[in-house]
Amino acid sequence: MKKSEIFLNGALKDNSIWRQVLGICSALAVTNLMINSLVMGLGVIFTLALSSFTISLLRDYTPRRVRMMVQTLIIASYVIIVDIFLKGFFPEISRALGPYVGLIITNCIIMGRAEAFAQKNNPFDSLIDGVAAGTGYTLVLLLIAFFRELLGFGSLFGFQILGDWWVSWSIMVMAPSAFFLLGLLIWFINYRYYTKAS
Amino acid sequence: MDINPFVIFLAAIFTGNILLTYFLGMCSYLSVSKEIESSAGLGMAVFFVLTLTSAINYLVYHYLLVPMDLVYLQYIVFIIVIAAFVQLTEIVIERFSPVLYYSLGIFLPLITVNCAILGVSLFLIIRQYSFIQSVAYGAGSGIGWLVAILALAGIRNRLKEKYLPRGMNNAAISLIITGIMALAFIGFSGVAIIQ
Repeated sequence: MKKSEIFLNGALKDNSIWRQVLGICSALAVTNLMINSLVMGLGVIFTLALSSFTISLLRDYTPRRVRMMVQTLIIASYVIIVDIFLKGFFPEISRALGPYVGLIITNCIIMGRAEAFAQKNNPFDSLIDGVAAGTGYTLVLLLIAFFRELLGFGSLFGFQILGDWWVSWSIMVMAPSAFFLLGLLIWFINYRYYTKAS
Repeated sequence: MDINPFVIFLAAIFTGNILLTYFLGMCSYLSVSKEIESSAGLGMAVFFVLTLTSAINYLVYHYLLVPMDLVYLQYIVFIIVIAAFVQLTEIVIERFSPVLYYSLGIFLPLITVNCAILGVSLFLIIRQYSFIQSVAYGAGSGIGWLVAILALAGIRNRLKEKYLPRGMNNAAISLIITGIMALAFIGFSGVAIIQ
């Protein structure tokens, strides 16, 4: 497979959120603000790329019976790096994300890519696949956050876009809107690209 | 933090439902909710594991990690505790109650990667709960998760034969139903608890 093909497959065609509906816990939780989504997305890209790389590097030396445990420990180590980095340099965002940074460990996307790709391919391809899957995930996060922040606060990345006339939709800041928006997004993508008109 | 543990228990079921307000445990929630029986089985298993791991993780954090100044290792330690506990439960159930093992056992491995379990352990550290409060929070979250998955399974069961618009697949319709459920659960936040 060509490198660009791996990237496009991972980021768009096999996008973990709308095709496999994986890892949506954090996709829903952090999307009330664009900046939180961006930071979370970068954290996932970092963890996903490096843990895919490491898992692929160690794939011939890991006994099959304990591989889940080994994978989880590798992922957890990278998440700790992300967590310490955020606490040190961006304490406010770290507080806003709360436990969701730690929950990258149990994000099914990372396990999913490890099982589906890194287990069978060479380290470099796995790294690209990790970056691609992470990028696809970040795109979906930013898309949902765009609507939630714009309609809920009238701003984007904290800058006021809509003027004083805008009455904020407080539902967009609350939990249900995340479910609705993701449901509608999956419906739209399915309708547009994966079903044929009968 | 001096909140009555019973209030924490009720709040974790209704106003701060682990799934409907904190979005934790979505993966297995969406994939298992096709059948009511398996939803009930997984829900019970989550309740059981959640209650006990929140107690164990509380003790491990406050009596092991804090004195040894190893707080930054909490993610790894929590995940190991959860995985070991799930494995142990599986062995014990298999040995003593084969009937229970056949109804619960197949769901146990799924639970290690259920983010609700790790999420609750992290929340109770962040919110600085006491031991009793932590157990109450764990048990309440478990029941809250069980209620949510049973409700979705019931609704999906009724939708089985119905016509859905083109492209509206299982995931999309489940998310929209969950959104409506979350909206309904917000209503509980107006209920005052008289102490």
